[in-house]
Amino acid sequence: MTGKTLENQETLIEFSRVTYRLQDPSSRVIVSDTNLSISHGETLVLLGRSGSGKTTLLRLINRMLFPTSGEVFVGGRSTTEWDPIRLRRSIGYVIQDSGLFPHFTVTENVSLVPKLENWGPARIAARVDEILNLVGLDPAQYAKRRPRELSGGQRQRVGVARALAADPSILIMDEPFGALDPVTRAELQQEFRELARRLGKTIVFVTHDLREALFLASRIVLLQEGKIIAIAPPQEFLHLDHPEVKAFATALAVPPGAPA
Amino acid sequence: MNFWTFFLTHHAEILSTTIDHLVLVLIAMAIAVLIGVPLGMFAVSRPALRAVSLAVANVFQTIPSLALFGFLIPIPFIGGIGKRTAIVALVLYALLPILRNTYVGLTSIDPAVLEAAEAMGMTSTQILWHVRVPLSLSVILAGIRTATVITVGVATIAAAIGAGGLGSFIFRGVALVNNSLLLAGAIPAALLALLADLLLGLLERRLRVT
Repeated sequence: MTGKTLENQETLIEFSRVTYRLQDPSSRVIVSDTNLSISHGETLVLLGRSGSGKTTLLRLINRMLFPTSGEVFVGGRSTTEWDPIRLRRSIGYVIQDSGLFPHFTVTENVSLVPKLENWGPARIAARVDEILNLVGLDPAQYAKRRPRELSGGQRQRVGVARALAADPSILIMDEPFGALDPVTRAELQQEFRELARRLGKTIVFVTHDLREALFLASRIVLLQEGKIIAIAPPQEFLHLDHPEVKAFATALAVPPGAPA
Repeated sequence: MNFWTFFLTHHAEILSTTIDHLVLVLIAMAIAVLIGVPLGMFAVSRPALRAVSLAVANVFQTIPSLALFGFLIPIPFIGGIGKRTAIVALVLYALLPILRNTYVGLTSIDPAVLEAAEAMGMTSTQILWHVRVPLSLSVILAGIRTATVITVGVATIAAAIGAGGLGSFIFRGVALVNNSLLLAGAIPAALLALLADLLLGLLERRLRVT
């Protein structure tokens, strides 16, 4: 990396008047004229219904998508100027279905980016050990397993470990706990919150679960139809006077008619 | 003379003809794999190439084998009577299953896995060799298996254009109404096909990633 490094920026990620349209005949607007600054070390949660544009916003950060207009800056540099390979290797990415490589062991999955970055074998081995412990997996027990020999929760732990392996300063996560059973999800949320605090990474986290957003976020961004309609820290979020906030709050409550 | 005594008296000739047949199949399969697999790989990112190559391979597959041999004979350089023409025809026959399975294998990988690979900063070449190829090996091999079994069978017909192999026993057996001669070609050909199917099937299972 030349010039500014990711670490010495106050604002690490910035969306500047970003619009994203589908590149098909519909050219439907998915993200509409959006401005957003994400500071170093914060956990920003993008909250919204399906189709609100939150995943698209996430994918614009690591240049999986290009803005139709406007610019996304990462570390002070527009994603159009970044070499996409370098950019993606400096951003950890976790998705809902883990996307683990089924033909790789846990160790091979976790060590992929360090290997691509030409780390030495000793350094990689030490890092795999360290990172598996960090996500609560005993290396002696799990290092040689393949993804199909893991539970859903364990797979997501490996997914997080893989994203963190090369020590990126940014972590982007797309409903990482969305497919887990409620008990496992709560455990992972709890542990992940601790981990996020300890590591001080900048995290952008997509969810449609208000409870998860309130629990993990330092700031919540509420999206509706491709637009940001509210930004607030979790302690203020529920007090916002906006119909979509109320809709999410209502959905959180016990449905009327359920036994008390 | 029953088949058993025929076999005992002619076993050397049967064996050498079986080896001829096997060599014919192996040469044709080697060429077909060397063409079909890379073509399938290139087709992944080039829709036009995919459409054209699959259509052409499909046409060859559809032409009856004896007719294909017939078509090739008058063509200069690749045609004429003998092994070379037979190999060309066998390659054209084997191409479709190999090409199609390579393409299908490489393109039917879990989108989440490909998404993760791309988002982790793998180049498309790295994704091809470290993700797509290992995950589609069993599907590619299934295509090679199908093609091999087809080729063992079609290669018997190649005897009609002077390519030798087990078909020469079969054709002579038919012409002379000699069942022993016919079986001396048919039984080893059937065994070769079954054996190829079995061995490649075992390999395919080993390479499968669940």
